[in-house]
Amino acid sequence: MKKLGKVLIEITLMIVCAAYLFPVYIVLANSFKNRQELYENMLALPEKLTLEYYLEAVEKMNFSRAFGNSLIVTIVSIGIIVILGSMTAWMLVRTENKLSKFLFMVLVATMLIPFQTLMMPLMQVMSWSKTTLQVPMLDSLGGLIYMNVGFGASMAVFLYHGFVKSIPVSLEEAATIDGGNKLTVFFRIVFPMLKPTTVTVMILDVIWIWNDYLLPSLVLSNKNLRTIPLSTASFFGQFTIQWNLAMAGLMLTIIPVIIFYLAAQKYIIKGVAAGAVK
Amino acid sequence: MNRKSDRAWYALFVLPLIFVFTTVVIIPFLIGIGYSFVSWDGLPLNEKVFVGMNNYIRLFSDKRFLSSITHTLLFTVLAVVIINVLGLTFALIVTSQLKTRNIARTMLFMPYLIGGLILGFIWRFIFTDVFKAVGEATGWTKVFFSWLLNGDYALIALVIVMTWQMAGYIMIIYITGIQAIPDDVVEAAKVDGAGFWPMLLRVKFPLIMPSFTISLFMTLSNSFKIYDVNVSLTQGGPNNATEMLAMNIYNEIFSLNNYGYGQAKAIVFFIAVAFITLIQVSLTKKKEVVM
Repeated sequence: MKKLGKVLIEITLMIVCAAYLFPVYIVLANSFKNRQELYENMLALPEKLTLEYYLEAVEKMNFSRAFGNSLIVTIVSIGIIVILGSMTAWMLVRTENKLSKFLFMVLVATMLIPFQTLMMPLMQVMSWSKTTLQVPMLDSLGGLIYMNVGFGASMAVFLYHGFVKSIPVSLEEAATIDGGNKLTVFFRIVFPMLKPTTVTVMILDVIWIWNDYLLPSLVLSNKNLRTIPLSTASFFGQFTIQWNLAMAGLMLTIIPVIIFYLAAQKYIIKGVAAGAVK
Repeated sequence: MNRKSDRAWYALFVLPLIFVFTTVVIIPFLIGIGYSFVSWDGLPLNEKVFVGMNNYIRLFSDKRFLSSITHTLLFTVLAVVIINVLGLTFALIVTSQLKTRNIARTMLFMPYLIGGLILGFIWRFIFTDVFKAVGEATGWTKVFFSWLLNGDYALIALVIVMTWQMAGYIMIIYITGIQAIPDDVVEAAKVDGAGFWPMLLRVKFPLIMPSFTISLFMTLSNSFKIYDVNVSLTQGGPNNATEMLAMNIYNEIFSLNNYGYGQAKAIVFFIAVAFITLIQVSLTKKKEVVM
């Protein structure tokens, strides 16, 4: 009797979870239907599987281009954040003085500032850099990467700071006596030890940068530079009358996320938990 | 000599990131405060006129702004309560002895990874066309109609989408807390004859107080700052009934071109975010100590 109850609970849980992901089913099912079929029954399974709307969406969204842009921005931003963030945090922990304390405090305190407070003056600063310094920050992927690094700095330093404090100095000192300079000591000895935090920072930043919409929408106006959220937004805006096409477009943007999730699930859940608890 | 080279190393390690950070966060923050005291339409050639505190005074009679504060507060309260209740329930279920707990955790967390913008688009289709179609097919038109055309329902729709996005994430935080509870404490309570509710309220909840702090902080600040879902799901409509604070600021600056006035709103927004989250954290932290 008790066993039966347990099986029932298991089944109920699975039904609840399936219901929870029902919206994804709706998108998937309707991405295969033609207009008439879609309006006949939006909840039903499609009669046949056709990639017709996917191919059309790929072309109209300029999907491969957007995917490439998103990939470049995400990978390069995170690479820089991880390297500069860990270097800064290590130096701040290992050099105990007022300046280190002050810099760390400022980095952490600014985490409370919402993006909306910075966006307009930030755009002024960035357009000034073009007119006065001849460095184009707006409408360039490099500029977007630069700004991502600025916004990602606080959290990366914060997370690395906590971890560096927990590792003993003795190893580094031994390497220094052996004649290594700080750069080689850091990259040969310290950086490999920081791996758990590096994974956490990477996971949190992938979720943030890959999905980021507002900052890229302010920085990039050239169609060829659009990242996935930007091209999805403009595509969705144009095709809300053709829901099947819009659904295929949404599915296209979801699929890479699901693949990433299934491939790195263990790290993602751990990373998200570690990032939040700190 | 040694000190000089130490300083050079310090600069090499710290300066690049601090430079980027300063130009992207600190300088915009400081000049942003300056912008909030001028009147300016955003065109570089047009003059910025100093108006003192006028931008801030104007806020009190700005009906659209005041009503967006009301929506945001209402939305935040609803979202924080529902997300935490659901996330905690999920966490208690998937930390039990069930065989399906890992699959359940995987499925419940998934929406969090799909960005808010995309989630809003998915649900826009559901709340408009799917709901209408279901209503016509079943005759239950009182429940199933196009929710986004009605201000109150559109706000509830936002709460639902936000919950769908965040509940799995909050679940992960509570799971971390629950798994940290020592087994012998639970066993001891069981031996003492604690039933389901006393176990939950007297033993487990006090021990996961830190998880409450983090979860409340995360849901509070994320709900209060909601933007992406707002843009893709309702665009603030109908009739600005779901225009949240972040969107109101965006519209004031970039749609109505009131750069100075909009920036004053942005500064007030910052103060509100900082105030609310700091108070919340210090309140829940106090509770942790008492327990």
